[in-house]
Amino acid sequence: MKLRLPAIVRIGILVLLVVFLARPEWFEPVFRPLTQNNAPVIYNQGSLLNLTLLHLRTVAIATAGATIVAIALAILVTRPFGAEFLPLSRSLVNIGQTFPPVAVLALAVPAVGFGEKPTLIALFLYGLLPIFENALTGLTTLPPTVTDAARGVGMTGWQRLVKVELPLAMPVILAGIRLSVTINLATATIGSTVAAKTLGEVIIAGLQSNNLSFVLQGGLIVGVLAVMIYDGLSAMERFISRRMGLLQQG
Amino acid sequence: MIEIENITKRYGAATVVNDVSLVVQPRTITVIVGTSGSGKTTLMRMINRLVEPTAGVIRLDGEDNRTLPGYELRRRIGYAIQGHGLFPHRTVAQNIAVVPELLGWDKARTDARVSELLSLFQLDPETFGPRYPHELSGGQQQRIGVARALAAEPNVLLMDEPFGALDPVIRSKAQEDLLAIQKRFGTTIILVTHDMEEAIHLGHKIAVMDGGNLLQYATPAEILANPATDFVATLVGTGDRPFRFLSLSPAGDAVEPGTAEGEAIPASATQRDALAELLWSGRPALPVVNEAGKAIGRVTVDGLVKRASRPAA
Repeated sequence: MKLRLPAIVRIGILVLLVVFLARPEWFEPVFRPLTQNNAPVIYNQGSLLNLTLLHLRTVAIATAGATIVAIALAILVTRPFGAEFLPLSRSLVNIGQTFPPVAVLALAVPAVGFGEKPTLIALFLYGLLPIFENALTGLTTLPPTVTDAARGVGMTGWQRLVKVELPLAMPVILAGIRLSVTINLATATIGSTVAAKTLGEVIIAGLQSNNLSFVLQGGLIVGVLAVMIYDGLSAMERFISRRMGLLQQG
Repeated sequence: MIEIENITKRYGAATVVNDVSLVVQPRTITVIVGTSGSGKTTLMRMINRLVEPTAGVIRLDGEDNRTLPGYELRRRIGYAIQGHGLFPHRTVAQNIAVVPELLGWDKARTDARVSELLSLFQLDPETFGPRYPHELSGGQQQRIGVARALAAEPNVLLMDEPFGALDPVIRSKAQEDLLAIQKRFGTTIILVTHDMEEAIHLGHKIAVMDGGNLLQYATPAEILANPATDFVATLVGTGDRPFRFLSLSPAGDAVEPGTAEGEAIPASATQRDALAELLWSGRPALPVVNEAGKAIGRVTVDGLVKRASRPAA
């Protein structure tokens, strides 16, 4: 099998990330020039692997919640009986996006305390908008002949939604989830300011001790994760779209 | 039998279909013809209740079509539309199987029906079944659209400009296929089109609509001979009228005793084709052969010209 260059680059980066998380000490020579005064080169206040997994878990929970709520809301307001809630739900979701995550964190801490909870709330609210807007676009721009045919063959409202509308809107919805995940992967780092266990810890520790090596390690892991997840979800969208003939082959 | 009784549809102040009544005989093809905005599509969509009428009743085999919930009614009525409306995320076989699945047929019966229909439309089930709609040509997509509409063996098939998106060659092939299928299954077909040529070719009866009103409901011969209004006459096209009239009957009906020279024409060809051949080849007469290839007489220019003249009312 002949691998194309982009595939080789992707696999290479993934391997590098896994090795770095499992055996960060092997990379000490690479980061040494970034430290001064014999400061520790590799992050030493906890396991990088553990923090990465916690970071991913936080993002996964928040995005899953945002996905469920946003899609449910989009389905509701595109049904005949829910159409009047469209403006209301739009403004609600918009508010979630307007509040900077830092502000949400600051407001959430007195209510729910320090730790993972305020971060989850901020990420959840911040992740709603892209998914909601995309799900709305996907569900309202279906080809009219196809929706007409779905009614014409005798599908009930629920069958049309599950068998036709959602599958056809899926590529656009996935694009919204991808956007939301990417934003949240980056935003989750600031959760560490309220004591959530994320990769933000590494960056903050580096900033506080003026240790460029720490900052870079935290930043690089988050960056690589974001790029790879973005890439993977894009590939999934392309696969689904291509199968439906929405994209040209090749 | 489909009985449409005093059907009216209004959207706000606009009357789209105005007090239309007509009876469609079972196992016939009825074509509703009209310009855009004539209400022809709305009238058809009220039969399977994609549109609910403002007033009036539609009965299918004597039963009010509001007895069943809309979705159950629609599962029993075939529905094919322009631009086929195939589900792009489902394979050809899955598309055809949609209604049988909704009706809860078992897998073996559904699979057998899908294969039967694909073969009927000259598409190999092994090759085409697993493909996605976008991998097919326009003509093939249209055939799958009709196959899907016929999948659950409906007695009634509604078709909304089913051949509108096809090029002329594929279109006439699709029309022949439809006639063959109608003969085979005895389906009652109601077809909407803006093309009078198509209506005359396919319809046992033609309903002409304009501005929401039913102007004339009659056989093609009657519509050609005695158009009810100027509008119907315009749709028929006065210039083409004699030729369309000839196209309604086979050459076999115009056979005269005698012989003629040159290439023969089959008795099943239309009289229009026979006349065209006579004019084009410059001959005064053509031999006519039956299905077995045996000469049964001849058709003449004079004879056909007489037949093309307006019948006495």
